[in-house]
Amino acid sequence: MNLLEIIKSALRGITSNKLRSALTLLGVLIGVGSVILLTGVGNGSKQAVADSISSLGTNTLTIRSSGGSGVQVRSQSLTMDVVDKLSDSENAPNIAEVVPQLSSSETVASSITSSTATIVGTTSNYFAVTNSTVALGTKFTDYDVKRDAKVVVIGATLAETLYSTTDVVGDSITIDSVVYTIDGVLAVKDSAGTSDPNNSVIMPISRMQQSISGYGSLSTIVIQATDSDSISSAQSEATSVLMEAFKVTDSSDLGFTITSQTDLLTTLSSTTSTLTAMLAAVASISLVVGGIGVTNIMLVTVTERTREIGIRKALGATRFAILGQFLIEATVLSLLGGLLGVAVAYALSFFTIFGVQPVILLSSVFLAVGVSVGIGVFFGSYPANRAAAMRPVDALRHD
Amino acid sequence: MTMPVTASQPTTAVIDVQDIWKSYGEGEQQVHALRGVSLRVDEGDFVAIMGASGSGKSTLMNMLGCLDVQTSGSYHLDGVDVASLPDSKLSVLRNRKIGFIFQAFNLIPRMSAQSNVELPMLYAAVSRDERRQRARAALKLVGLADRAKHTPAELSGGQQQRVAVARSLVNAPALILADEPTGNLDSKATTDVLDIFQKVNDAGRTVVIITHENDVAARARRVVRMFDGEIISDERVLPVVATGDVAS
Repeated sequence: MNLLEIIKSALRGITSNKLRSALTLLGVLIGVGSVILLTGVGNGSKQAVADSISSLGTNTLTIRSSGGSGVQVRSQSLTMDVVDKLSDSENAPNIAEVVPQLSSSETVASSITSSTATIVGTTSNYFAVTNSTVALGTKFTDYDVKRDAKVVVIGATLAETLYSTTDVVGDSITIDSVVYTIDGVLAVKDSAGTSDPNNSVIMPISRMQQSISGYGSLSTIVIQATDSDSISSAQSEATSVLMEAFKVTDSSDLGFTITSQTDLLTTLSSTTSTLTAMLAAVASISLVVGGIGVTNIMLVTVTERTREIGIRKALGATRFAILGQFLIEATVLSLLGGLLGVAVAYALSFFTIFGVQPVILLSSVFLAVGVSVGIGVFFGSYPANRAAAMRPVDALRHD
Repeated sequence: MTMPVTASQPTTAVIDVQDIWKSYGEGEQQVHALRGVSLRVDEGDFVAIMGASGSGKSTLMNMLGCLDVQTSGSYHLDGVDVASLPDSKLSVLRNRKIGFIFQAFNLIPRMSAQSNVELPMLYAAVSRDERRQRARAALKLVGLADRAKHTPAELSGGQQQRVAVARSLVNAPALILADEPTGNLDSKATTDVLDIFQKVNDAGRTVVIITHENDVAARARRVVRMFDGEIISDERVLPVVATGDVAS
């Protein structure tokens, strides 16, 4: 009896009781489908996080004054002087751009209404480094920074709030009774931090110091490495420049911190990985339950077909042929269930689940189908063995 | 090349049973279903084994069919010592040497008559085309060529038993072993099935029928009667058919 014949007779066994086979298939289908779909949800949320982090700007590091929290009691103040030192390509060859930032929350008024927005005072390279594109109008220039120009670029949401349109280039806004001209409007951008970049006002740092924040320390300095490979070199260069500038020697108490987007990405992706693993674990339970369903049904089938087994053995079926027939029957059941599970998971992945667009991992498909077939073989082997070990004289007496 | 002269022996023994015992249970509860049965059946013979229920004839049938193992004694089937064989070898032996016919027909319900007849050849690894051909020939022999596509449920009892006879013949076995083959049949169907047995035996095939019906036994060349696990009479009715050209 060759393999094809065994498979054929197994298929005949499956189709002989369609409802029962369909219900068993459904068990495996749900198991495999939920494993694939839920890992897809986990993966989808991970990708969403990664996308929003990379939208912050790649190859960038953020320097903050560490505000004296925890064990670090020292707090250095970041000044424009530090910015100049970091910009010096002799001190820091791996640092391409240095973007000083001042930020505060202020009330912004148009001729129509007013709203609260984040005000960012910075230099003109801010736009390139943070991947902020200007959708309408233009960004401000180095010259605007030099002459403390009263010009701003505002976020799309803020434009909508203030003027009910994004077509506001040339209009003006008032902050703390100073009137600014809107030079440009930013393209809509994913928010990936605490502040919404679409609800902000970007202005020359010199103007911000003069009219809003005063000449104190900077909020943050964002630096951009020359390329993604030189981020760690850039980080150590920045550290040594700052340590020299602040005359700090104790590396455990610097008074400032340098974080990279990669650090942020690692932290967040480890969180989402835990989420994915938990979802997969829950889904695996249903896969195991589906497997137990296969065993259950195969046990019933073997009992029901005891007489047939007796007949087949009397006619010359070897132990191997009987074992093969029932094992293949179990495997075909779980494989079919697995493949249908993949199809269902694929179909459902086009919908948003828990607010996440699932991204199906190819590895999870292979894993889930592989596991379901493995379950078929594993859980099918006990009933199949029982069938194969029956003595023909006993099996024939059964009715 | 010199060979021992075998012509002096009457014919090859298909069945050679020596002092077979079959016991169930232990100690005082022990029951002996067979008490030292010895039987020799030559090629081409047609033997009816008769006896009331409880006489041990079904137990003997299970032994002869290699479906069960004896407690003691020896059994050679077509020259092969059965006692020494493991389960898997017994399956192969049954497949090649024995064609079974059961009282309850024992066809597989979901399969067509044709597929049922092909089954023993499937386990004998016969090619697909040859299986088709031989199954069709066997069905034709039992007069059911036009019922090949029908499932057992669509056939009468007599037709089902004739399919079972066709199935028993396809591997050209040394022994056709029938256990109460007409027990579930009416007289017309009984005659049909017995006619086929006679035809098969006339062609030289060895047939052993277990029965308690006298009209069945009347067709046999030899009648063996059993009582309480022992053979009480062994009566030759007709001589054994001349062998040599066993038609399949």
